[in-house]
Amino acid sequence: MHVPRFWREIPNRYTLVGTRCGHCNKVFFPPRAICPRCRRVGQLEPFRLSGRGRIHSFTTVYSGPRDFKDQLPYVLAIVELEEGPRVMAQVTDCNGEEVKIGDEVEMVFRRIKEEGEEGIIHYGFKARLVRKAGAGGS
Amino acid sequence: MRKVAVVGGGQTKFGELWDTSFRQMIIEAGTRALEDAGISGEEIDAMYVGNMSSGQFIQQEHIASLIADHSGLAPVPCTRVEAACASGGLALREAMVAVASGIHDVVVAAGIEKMTDVITEVGQEALATVSDQEWEAFVGATFPSFFALMARRHMHEFGTTEEQMALVAVKNHHNACLNAYAQHHVELTVERVLQSPLVSSPLKMLECASLTDGAACLVLVPLEEARKYTDTPVEIAGSGQASDTIALADRESLVGLRATREAARKAYRMARIEPKQVDVAEVHDSTTISELMALEDLGFCRKGEGGKITEEGLTAIDGTLPVNPSGGLEGRGHPIGATGIAQALEIVLQLRGEAGKRQVRKAEVGLTHNVGGSGGTAVVHLFRRR
Repeated sequence: MHVPRFWREIPNRYTLVGTRCGHCNKVFFPPRAICPRCRRVGQLEPFRLSGRGRIHSFTTVYSGPRDFKDQLPYVLAIVELEEGPRVMAQVTDCNGEEVKIGDEVEMVFRRIKEEGEEGIIHYGFKARLVRKAGAGGS
Repeated sequence: MRKVAVVGGGQTKFGELWDTSFRQMIIEAGTRALEDAGISGEEIDAMYVGNMSSGQFIQQEHIASLIADHSGLAPVPCTRVEAACASGGLALREAMVAVASGIHDVVVAAGIEKMTDVITEVGQEALATVSDQEWEAFVGATFPSFFALMARRHMHEFGTTEEQMALVAVKNHHNACLNAYAQHHVELTVERVLQSPLVSSPLKMLECASLTDGAACLVLVPLEEARKYTDTPVEIAGSGQASDTIALADRESLVGLRATREAARKAYRMARIEPKQVDVAEVHDSTTISELMALEDLGFCRKGEGGKITEEGLTAIDGTLPVNPSGGLEGRGHPIGATGIAQALEIVLQLRGEAGKRQVRKAEVGLTHNVGGSGGTAVVHLFRRR
């Protein structure tokens, strides 16, 4: 990936900045430039999400692209964020058997992948299960 | 608007065609289609070719020119159509629109994908580009993972079981054994499907369509002219197309495809056909769960009951609604751009009564359903024997 393509998404990828429509208040993440409901009447402004949400669905990926080979198998989920939008993210610090639909998660900053030995390192967020005290784990 | 009919079709064998190049494949399918329609190249007014990614698979763009040229048909206009795995269905629709509009009379609708000239990883990465590169592929989403996420949710909401999903693979592989052009000629059992390696849980290897080479072509003419070419014309009675979000996470629901429901609604309305009138269907079973959701979204059963009607055998060749008699994407193979055309060719053969060992009984009305990506595009066609 050419550097600018990654670089221009950094605010969104590093700090979970999406957009919110000032007209209907709907929140979008990943950001949208046009609100599909209000279209030209809508007024989209940057909006920072809390990063808290719940597992809507999940899968363990056993066969993946070359950039992710050393992470296999990894857990991938669709997370419903508390502000409304759903987002695709890996679930980190867990194995697939621990995850259930409805589990509480928080988004954490992580290394996503490396483009080989000399390519750029991609950072972004992954979801982490919120473990209740006494329920095992730390 | 003129009514449109299919008067001929042909395809290559689907599979790992290491001896055959992209250009040889399209010529082979095209020649068979023209022979079947009994027309010569001079009669062709235009061609539409569905192809997802010749750029990634064979590093060749501008295949419209390549195909017209190497078919010996230049200067006939040729147009490439792309909508991921729905490219073939969309090429058929564009060809139909061209004939219906009156701008062209004899039009070829084709589809082709040459997927095995790259190593498997490159092929899988190419497939992942049908998703949102910035927010899905970026975090490691693979093509099967989208359907795995849908399957998990479908199991959660409706109690769909892994055994019910496996039955789709068993049925479609069985049907493929009756199809000489199919990629996979192997009978499966539920146990064997369930024991195959996990690709993206809960989906296993034998539940996902594989990488395939293949090409297929159809010849379309105005219905009123069709008897000049064949005694068994098949009318394209309805056509519907719809879009949805490219990213799966942005969909309101993961247990069905809105694009399928919307495309089907348009096609049924145009054809004035109800789901219960459909005698045979070729649906987009890129994975087992895809077929179960398609049965529901196309109106063949209620939401959540796709597994149940599969278990009851309704979708088998001798069932009340045979689905994927060709073997589907799982059994016949899924050369992306060719799939939508191959589906329509199967329905044409079924409605003509020429489907041999896999012929369904009393086929008057047929349906095809072609999906792009994880559901960002869907195309549905209805066919009627004339």
